[in-house]
Amino acid sequence: MARTEQFVNRAVRFGRRLRRAGVNVTSGQVMDFVQSVEHIDIGNRDIFREAGRACFVTTKEEVPVFDRVFESFWRGKAEYADDPMADPGDDTQPGMDGDSELDADGGEEGDESSDESGTQKTKSRTEMIESQEVDGDGEEEEGDADDVLSFSSSEVLREKDFADLTDSEMEQTRRFMEQLEWSIGKRRSRRKVSARKGRFWDARKTMRKSLQTGGVPINISRRKLKDKPRQLVVICDVSGSMDRYSRILLQFVYAIEKGMANVESFVFGTRLTRITRLLRNRSIDSAMERVAEQVHDWSGGTRIGQSLQVFNTNWARRVLRNGAVVLVISDGWDRGDPDLLGQEMARLQRSSYRMIWLNPLLGSPRYEPLTRGMQAAIPFIDDFMPVHNLASLEALAEHLGNIDEYRPVRRQNPLDLSPPKPRVA
Amino acid sequence: MDLNTVESVQDALQSERYVSERSLATAIYLSLKLPKPLLLEGEAGVGKTEVAKTLATIMDTDLIRLQCYEGLDVSHAVYEWNYPRQMLAIRVMEDRDLSDRQAMEQIFSSDYLIERPLLQAVRAKGKPPVLLIDEIDRADEEFEAFLLELLSDFQVTIPELGTIKAEYPPIVIITSNRTRELHDALKRRCLYHWIDYPDVQKELDIITQKIEGISERLALQVATFIHELRREDLYKLPGVAETLDWASALLALNTTELNEEMAEATLGAILKHQEDVHEVRTKKLGELVSTASASSPGTSDN
Repeated sequence: MARTEQFVNRAVRFGRRLRRAGVNVTSGQVMDFVQSVEHIDIGNRDIFREAGRACFVTTKEEVPVFDRVFESFWRGKAEYADDPMADPGDDTQPGMDGDSELDADGGEEGDESSDESGTQKTKSRTEMIESQEVDGDGEEEEGDADDVLSFSSSEVLREKDFADLTDSEMEQTRRFMEQLEWSIGKRRSRRKVSARKGRFWDARKTMRKSLQTGGVPINISRRKLKDKPRQLVVICDVSGSMDRYSRILLQFVYAIEKGMANVESFVFGTRLTRITRLLRNRSIDSAMERVAEQVHDWSGGTRIGQSLQVFNTNWARRVLRNGAVVLVISDGWDRGDPDLLGQEMARLQRSSYRMIWLNPLLGSPRYEPLTRGMQAAIPFIDDFMPVHNLASLEALAEHLGNIDEYRPVRRQNPLDLSPPKPRVA
Repeated sequence: MDLNTVESVQDALQSERYVSERSLATAIYLSLKLPKPLLLEGEAGVGKTEVAKTLATIMDTDLIRLQCYEGLDVSHAVYEWNYPRQMLAIRVMEDRDLSDRQAMEQIFSSDYLIERPLLQAVRAKGKPPVLLIDEIDRADEEFEAFLLELLSDFQVTIPELGTIKAEYPPIVIITSNRTRELHDALKRRCLYHWIDYPDVQKELDIITQKIEGISERLALQVATFIHELRREDLYKLPGVAETLDWASALLALNTTELNEEMAEATLGAILKHQEDVHEVRTKKLGELVSTASASSPGTSDN
């Protein structure tokens, strides 16, 4: 859930401030504001202001008043974000001065002039600084990490393991994922398009042009092969052992599905389910709801080998065309037969252009891929990468964008037990 | 031949030795009547392409085939100008002092046009031809989009010549192996039929129809063997084409009775994946052969 108590509190205070400045604010409007913030890009101050304006302002006259109050309440970028310096002060101000006073003043507050509010503000500033000194630094950090309106995604969050995220951080992470630019390496298709410098000559165009020069083809028109984005296939583990990660990872799958052209997505626990259509053209919440409805073995056991077998027999030929990139997201805890897993991984690797395995546990420096399942799969992985925090997602995004024309070196050793080590990217 | 009922279509297919399900005959009948393109999907080797070929024979008309591939474009699917000839013509015309306009008209005339399959189908005279657009899933989305226009109006526009409209809309059969999902817009313009693997009896019919000189007994054994094999968990199940290859192979080796040794030696005709061959050879072969040998004409349909 997007709303933290802190943000709700702050919105309520903002509403109160507006009311004092003469804007007729109801608690319903405050709730609207809180809800609407979930749907906007809070990183953009103008949008944030406009959302507030849409919620609170009811007549044209109120607009300048709103703007003034907005400016003073949600001050500079860092401050309106999550300034623990300012806000506890603002918070204490009505409280310290006494809510009773506020109520008593209620009548005249509507007519309060800007000068008066100015003095009040100065007063609150001083008070705030005092209270800040008492509260110390510990609170500052806390507020920073916990607040929804933390506009700059902090380094701390980037490095924090997904499993340890609080609800509000989850929300921030989700926003960040949506903003991340997803692109995937291009493959050269067989289709040709016009280009100034191309390998092929465009007979039709050259001929047509040559008529202007009496049939002498002076300018040769050219064509080149068109680049098309590769197909990306995501196969995500949602079994019990992945429980701490599966929600955020599904949102990640949703984000790349939205951000890229050709994405097919599957989830598995004991059974493989295709979720491409469930994610498409939907808001994230309804998409997640539908996935939860359709996937029955949520948080159950894991049969990676069997699930991949189903993928290989039923789906591989339909979705792995033209040099697809396959992302398997799993921790490798497998209750099935490791031989089957090895065999199916070998097959999957052969039918894909690049086989990338994302393991959330790989983020821990102490982790070693010792589980039988992981052991069986490792020989057939081209790139073994962590997926446990935002930084690792950024690394993945960059990696996908850089997939080039050259296949990784692979050796075919279907039954060999001394395989080449995968590159850890 | 008169194709006025579903039965007559099925009979006509039968007379050309194409053993069909009734549902397929219905789909063909409707696509002729409506008329609408027929989209046939099914695993590789179940006889999708064969439908078009047989239909052309039945209706005694031309079969125009367009094999799809990635990057297929107008110059390979519809028309192309003969550039070398055009250039030569321009050289010759220089001596003859023709006006630009006349020259243009001359070099962009039908004489210099190379017809590709789709234009051939549109320009066909007399009986409407059968146009087979084969393995459309191999073509890219760009070509699919182009096809939409052709399939709705059966006309082709060549800028220099104008629009050419088909005298009779051709009978269009589109096949797909379903290696990718086709666009809904294309599907909407077509009748759809999924061709499944035949049952034992149908497959037996197909073998005896297509392979001359095969004994009823061996044919039944082959059909039963394949039928049982398709129940196994394999990457690629053998299609009808593989069945026929295998039957021919067995016949060429003078086999009269299916046995394990012979089956093992010819397994490459039906299974094309190393894992599948390995699986069947080591685990299932004996069982499959004994089931097949046990089958007799009375018990053919399991």
